[in-house]
Order: sequence, then structure tokens, then C-alpha cells
Amino acid sequence: MTTFTIVKLKEIMLSTADGAGLELEGDFLDKPFPDLDFDSLAVLELATRVQQDYDLTIPDEAVAELTTPRDVLDYVTRRLGESV
Amino acid sequence: MTTTVVTGVGVAAPNGVGTEEYWRATLAGQSGIGPIRLFDASPYPVKLAGETGLDATAYIPGKFRAQTDHMTHLAMSAAVMALADAEVDPAEMPEFDMGVTVANSSGGIMFGQRELQRLWSQGPTHVSAYMSVAWFYAATAGQLSIRHGMKGPALVLASEQAGGLDAVGHARRQIRRGTPLMVTGGSDASLSPGGLAFQIATGMLSTHDDPARAYLPFDRDAGGYLPGNGGAILILEDAAAAQTRGAPGCYGKIAGYAATFDPPGDDEGPATDVRAYDPPRGSGRVPRLRRAAELALADAGISPAEVDVVFADAWGLPGPDLEEAIAITELFGPRGVPVTAPKTMTGRLYAGGGALDLVTALLAIRDQIIPPTVNVTRQAPGIDLDLVLAEPRPHTIRHALVLARGLGGHNSAVVLTAPTTPLRNPQRSER
Repeated sequence: MTTFTIVKLKEIMLSTADGAGLELEGDFLDKPFPDLDFDSLAVLELATRVQQDYDLTIPDEAVAELTTPRDVLDYVTRRLGESV
Repeated sequence: MTTTVVTGVGVAAPNGVGTEEYWRATLAGQSGIGPIRLFDASPYPVKLAGETGLDATAYIPGKFRAQTDHMTHLAMSAAVMALADAEVDPAEMPEFDMGVTVANSSGGIMFGQRELQRLWSQGPTHVSAYMSVAWFYAATAGQLSIRHGMKGPALVLASEQAGGLDAVGHARRQIRRGTPLMVTGGSDASLSPGGLAFQIATGMLSTHDDPARAYLPFDRDAGGYLPGNGGAILILEDAAAAQTRGAPGCYGKIAGYAATFDPPGDDEGPATDVRAYDPPRGSGRVPRLRRAAELALADAGISPAEVDVVFADAWGLPGPDLEEAIAITELFGPRGVPVTAPKTMTGRLYAGGGALDLVTALLAIRDQIIPPTVNVTRQAPGIDLDLVLAEPRPHTIRHALVLARGLGGHNSAVVLTAPTTPLRNPQRSER
């Protein structure tokens, strides 16, 4: 079964910023996106890239609920579990 | 009235990234025009252009790089240079005291084409969310405002090659209305496969395959122009405010600006046809380009005799070249003023072109030397200009007139005047 890992999450988050300029060390998982210099558009781009890599469709309403990296991790893990 | 001065400049051009690198190349007659390398241009009749080798990572944080097209990278990089040149730290200034007016005409067409290809080959879920903000004309103005925390007026002007001049004219207006500092200028990056195809459709591009013979404005062999990617940014300030904050000096004043607009031609030619320019021949009306120059001179309060150099629009097509030459000759007399077109080394940069010409004219004023027009050798019949050809010409320059024309009927003119006190450190841009 496909799994979504913290390593993969970080990789996708970095890719939304051209691979540079984001501080994703330590306890970044529970920080609100704005504290990570992630604006709403960057969160939308993050969702877009997850959709591409995992062949998921994430509704806009669901994206609006994703406020921290952990939210994304939990949401994608749950959705991948449903699709098995 | 408020005096508007230029306190900083930045350049990202095909023949040089960085103001001094560009200026050295320009004085040396080094062209940035060559074979298109951004994509395979072999199937196209146009194979040459001016591409800018910009390392965006040196100037722009990853987040802004990812969200923007090359056209915005060009302007954002030039803005970083210009702010440093003017010794402005935006974080230390009141956010509503700074605004942005930049020109753009091709939009983020490289970014846009890439995402449209994803849309049609892989489906809507594969289109980047950044497409929503990267492709449109206003992207650069918005991102400059966001990045530097500038909450004064923010605006984009789209008038093709006239845009860079129009943006500076508008920025001066904002300074007169009370915003002490404006970031202005323009950039364009029109070179994607789709972008090139759109331009070829105008019939105005040169299909010559020799970079030294392809773009020859005012020459009897003129047969079209070449496009280029690039841009330039200027920091405009209220002179009193600049002095109060301790600005390092200024390159010159924006002394005059005017724009005119041509009506469509009387004939039924296509909208893109250059026949749409200037009033219908034989109508007896003053050509609009000349009128723009006259209005800009009047705005500056000077006579044609006081102009020391003209930076020409230099379209590179016989009809528009002749019309511009006639406008200049009617104003200044035959060979009455030195005329130059350094854009023969960059190609036409559209919104970036007028902005780059303004920076070039300010550097000419600073160093009292006129950069050359390259590759042109024999003027076309009916054209009798004092063109500065092949070599730069040392010259006393107090007032420079910059002309620009944009597809669709735009004519713009700016008069630049030397500063009353020279730059504190003339080579500060070297830093």
C-alpha cells in the first residue's frame, strides 16, 4: 500500500518553494502554515502536488481545513487508507 | 511642483545582467542577440532573439521564484539591484510611502504555456496553483509589492514597447500625488514556443539568420526586428524626500513625459498592421509620435535645441523607421541631434525596452557618452539622421529624449535631465 511519509511531505513542501528558503526542521509539523512562510496559495499548490503524486482528488473544502503540515499528513494517510 | 528624480537603477538585459555589466557591454558594442536556446526554434522562421542569462536564485527567494514567471524574475532581480543602488531598505520605510508601477505586455507566457500543456496532456489536477498568479500582466507589480512590503499604489501598464515609458510617467504622477518613492520600469519574457508563434503572426519579426544583419533599424536593409527577454527597474523619488532620507544622489530628473495614441488607419488592414500608425498619410495632421515628443519637451519646459541626444524607438521596419526619422527630423532638423538605438544589441524587449532605454540614457548622462547603434551601416532613402554608429560618442548631455512606440497605437516620450548635483559616488553601482 502507498504511504505518505514525513520525508515525502517535506520534499513536496520544498518543491512548492523551488527547493529553497523554507525552515522545515524540528517540530515544524504542528506549526501553522503562515508561521512557515506558507501562504494560502502555497497550501493550494501543496495540495495540487499531492494530488499529482498520489492520484488523489482533494476537494477545495478539504484544503481549507489543512492548517498545519500534520493536518496534511493525517488527511493524506487517511485518504490513502480509504482507497485500498 | 515636485521634482521627481531617479535614485537607483537595475538591469537584466540580454547583453548584461547588472547595471555596470550591461553598460560596459553596451559601450563596447557587444550584442546579446543570438540563436534561441530556451527551446527548439528550428521549426520556426525566426531563430534569433535576445535571451537573458539571469541566475534568479541570486536575487529571489525560493517562494517567489516558484510562484512567478521569468518575466517577473527579470523585474524582481532588477528591483533588488535598483533598491540596493538607491540605498533603500524597504523594511525601514513606512509601507504606504512606497508604490509600484511597472509595465508588462507578454505576461508569464513561458509559465503559462507549460501549465496549459499539463492541462491538455495530464488534466486539470496537474496544473500548478501558481498558474493563477504567475501568468497575468499584473503579476510582477503584485509580487514586487508583496515582497518588499510596499503598500502604496500598485499598478501595471500594458502598452507594448511604449509601456516602460508610460510606467515611469505614471510613477511620477504618483509621486506628485504624495507617494515619496515608486519602483517603476518594466520587463517582458515573450520567448516560449507559443509566444514566438504569436509574434511571428504580426509579420514584423526578422527572419534573417545572421545576428549581425537581422535587426537594422533605419538601414536600407531593415527587414523586421528581433524580440528579447529583459527588463529594467528605476527607483523614482520625490527629490526633497530623497534628500531628507540621505539618498546617495541621483542619476537625473524625469523632466517631461507625454503619450499620444494613434487612431486606426482609414484602410481595412488588420489591427496589427503598422499602417495603423500615425494619422492617415496626407491628412495634414501632425504625426502622433512627433506630437508626443513635442508635448514631453513642453512638459520639461525645454526647446528642441536643448536636447543633446535622442534614444529612438527604432522599430526596424521600413515604414515605421521612416515615420520616426521624419518626426525627429521635423523637430530637430536634418542631422540636428545625435540619435541612437542601443536596442540593436538586445532586440526589442517590449515593456522592458523603454525602461532599459531610460536607464541607458541616464548612464549616458552620468558618463557623458552616447552608446552606439550596432550593425546599421547605410541609412534608408529619405532618412537623414545623425546616427551614432558602431562606436560610442563622447558628448555633453544635459537633456535626453527617449521615444517609444507600442503595437496598437501607443507613442510615448520622456525627457531626462542631468542632476543639478552629481552622484555622490558615480561608480556606486559597482558594489
